[in-house]
Amino acid sequence: MARLTINGKTLEVNVNPSTPLLWAIREQVGLTGTKYGCGIAQCGACTVHLDGAAVRSCVLPVAAAEGKKITTIEGLANGGALNKVQKAWLDHEVPQCGYCQSGMIMAVAALLKEKPKPTDAEIDARITNICRCGTFQQVREAIHAAAKA
Amino acid sequence: MITRTPKLNRRSFVIGSAAAGAGLALGLKIPFGASVVRAQDGSPEVNAWVVIRPDDTVVIRIARSEMGQGTLTGLAQMVAEELECDWSKVKTEYPTPGQSVKRKRAWGDFSTGGSRGIRDSHQYVREGGATARIMLIQAAANAWNVPASECSASNSVITHKPSGRKTTYGKVAEAAAKLTQPEKPTLKDPTEWKLIGKSVKRLDTIDKLTGKQVYGFDLKLPGMLNASIKDCPVFGGKVKSYEAAKVTGMPGVRHVVKVGDSAVAVVADTWWQAKTALDALPIVWDEGENAKVSSASIAAMLKEGLDADQAFVANQNGDVKAAIAGAAKKIEAVYAYPFQNHAPMEPMNATAKYTPDRCEVWVPTQNGEAAFAATLAASGLPADKCEVYKINLGGGFGRRGAFHDYVTQAVLIAKQMPGTPVKLLWTREEDMQHGRYHPVMQCKLVGAFDAGNNLTGLHMRLSGQSILTAVRPEALQQGKDPLVFQGLNPGGDFAFGYSVPNLLIDHAMRNTHVPPGFWRGVNINQNAIFLECFMDEMAHAAGQDPLEFRRKLMSKHPKHLAVLNAVADRAGWGKPAPRGVYRGLAHMHSFASYVAACAEISVKDGDKVKIHRIVAATDCGYAVNPAQIERQIAGSFVYGLSGLFMEECTVKDGYIEQTNFNTYDSMRIAQMPKVESIIMASGGFWGGVGEPTICVAAPAVLNAFFAATGKRIRTFPLKNHGITLV
Repeated sequence: MARLTINGKTLEVNVNPSTPLLWAIREQVGLTGTKYGCGIAQCGACTVHLDGAAVRSCVLPVAAAEGKKITTIEGLANGGALNKVQKAWLDHEVPQCGYCQSGMIMAVAALLKEKPKPTDAEIDARITNICRCGTFQQVREAIHAAAKA
Repeated sequence: MITRTPKLNRRSFVIGSAAAGAGLALGLKIPFGASVVRAQDGSPEVNAWVVIRPDDTVVIRIARSEMGQGTLTGLAQMVAEELECDWSKVKTEYPTPGQSVKRKRAWGDFSTGGSRGIRDSHQYVREGGATARIMLIQAAANAWNVPASECSASNSVITHKPSGRKTTYGKVAEAAAKLTQPEKPTLKDPTEWKLIGKSVKRLDTIDKLTGKQVYGFDLKLPGMLNASIKDCPVFGGKVKSYEAAKVTGMPGVRHVVKVGDSAVAVVADTWWQAKTALDALPIVWDEGENAKVSSASIAAMLKEGLDADQAFVANQNGDVKAAIAGAAKKIEAVYAYPFQNHAPMEPMNATAKYTPDRCEVWVPTQNGEAAFAATLAASGLPADKCEVYKINLGGGFGRRGAFHDYVTQAVLIAKQMPGTPVKLLWTREEDMQHGRYHPVMQCKLVGAFDAGNNLTGLHMRLSGQSILTAVRPEALQQGKDPLVFQGLNPGGDFAFGYSVPNLLIDHAMRNTHVPPGFWRGVNINQNAIFLECFMDEMAHAAGQDPLEFRRKLMSKHPKHLAVLNAVADRAGWGKPAPRGVYRGLAHMHSFASYVAACAEISVKDGDKVKIHRIVAATDCGYAVNPAQIERQIAGSFVYGLSGLFMEECTVKDGYIEQTNFNTYDSMRIAQMPKVESIIMASGGFWGGVGEPTICVAAPAVLNAFFAATGKRIRTFPLKNHGITLV
């Protein structure tokens, strides 16, 4: 049993405390926007925010997330209004298949909170998510657009 | 029109490509008479392609699969162009393969691969739109009691010109649906297109930004259980034994089942429970003879083929042996291309529900009909008792088209617990070790020159795997695999772009136990490297500029030459590059499109490669949505360059050694070059978009690497040489 605060709601989830947060979010809480891609924190498809910082939830035990504020892609839009990152993603038509984009958007949203006007070098250092469709050119454009918004 | 009827017994659900066009024409001619076919919400279907709701919403049916490449939007543009509907009211939906069978393939081919989504269906989907428009106009004319010739349609509004009366599609759809479909409609001339050629926004973006988009792996069904599977790591091996009792008491575990003769699955309440239990399950494999195979033994087999007497010939003119024997100068090189896995971000998955009376499968697939065939075969049920629902794909790249091993597994699991839906999800490790890999190929090239440094002969000997032998042996041509020669053929969609006085391109087929598949670009990936890097080698051997050397051989290939010239001009070939920056060129004819690239790179410390820019050109004939084409070009480069620099699946004791992205890497944003696309659609033909450009990035970068360092790398990936992409 673990007590998690996800997107502003606190819930009890019935899992072994060693279960990765990703699977608790998907299978117990039922929020499926957060994706599984590798299970070893390589690809970033599972990125969520833990107290505002981007973390890869596929290797983070539920126990380590208790008492912290968890935000998933479903909680990023504020009262239904798209976050500025989501808005820039829409304007620049970033996604192709879209599978990695939840994690990509969460990683970028966390970066912009910390560095509101990131340089290309800062983007390169901090955004390390894998996208097999290869949307990187649009991702970079959209990050700069979101930074200006 | 009907040339062939698909066979629909459960053992063989085989549909030849020849049937595609015919099937479609048939679909359009289904005489509905007064009986209206309705969509699920009750809205009338004007024809197989178009459903119109009373509020004027237009639902366009899309048979091909959207996996990120934009075909959903592009195909909808094609239908809407002829339909003359309000684009802002367009929605799309997938018909199911089961419906398709019942309606004699009304939507034609579901297969989404080979960059064929638009280029193979442009005619019939536009006819679908045009036919619906004609019927809607006729329905309005009937209501007004005026000749249809006095009416026109635009933006979903029908106008009777003489009287100025107007109505909308939504108001006449019900009446239109009762009309008999007209004969083959006249389509617009390309000069009249308003929507085709326009970079309209994709129809499927918003849900991908909020987590709402449901991929196969997100599916939830009432009472559903979750399965994790392990197949024998050595292809062709079997399960010898497993100790189910060791894990049956673990949390959530419901079943431990054998799947076919080579795999074991744990079925649990949640997938994580299933995976945890499977990891703890002792399994003994009977690996069989293939456990003796290694990368080295495969490479040795291919090497033997480079000089073998027997080979399948694809392109030949003159007498290459005599040209080489009599050459004033000759050069020779051997290249090798590795196995590579598709590794789409969403691992393989399928959800199945089986009862003795019905089998349903929900699956992200590039080919709904092939998934349906796999469902029939695995369930043992006839076509009228099966259905497949296509769910969004988290990438495909060829892995989810011809192969539905995960569907077969899901059905075999579900059969062991009738009535319970089971979602099977592979781990990334399972995906890496049970792929359908990019085939291995070696190539020996010999170029012959006369005393004036003119190219007099070229022999290209390929040695390696045949995908068709493994996948579709009926498509072999007297043993020859025509797909091996993509980009090297005398003509067709993959035509060789040079005139060489004495030419021989042949293939010594050498197959392995590692299953090959269609990896984005397929065989043109390695062929472009072999040919275009060796062209560069020959230019240098002849003491000539690589562009000028090529141009002299291309006068009879004006479309190839046009894209090559375009990238050379835009990149400034022949003019000084920025300090430390070096350029390389490549071009090919690929999936009916002419493509070229000029790469600009710098190299630090001899092995750290920075790609600054790639100028890319494509002549795809007609460009339906230029903004999406640009994304396909840049995206294909990420896939192709990841392959060039980082990706190789090596074989040890018969199994694939790489298990995840830590040993099989993929490009990140820091490594992304600026890609400048030139879309030079010359009209008159329909070329592909999703795959064609992938092949030119690698040889352009390799040729630039030679320009920068004087080193030729001929085996891949580059990481094996200590070369990294920075």
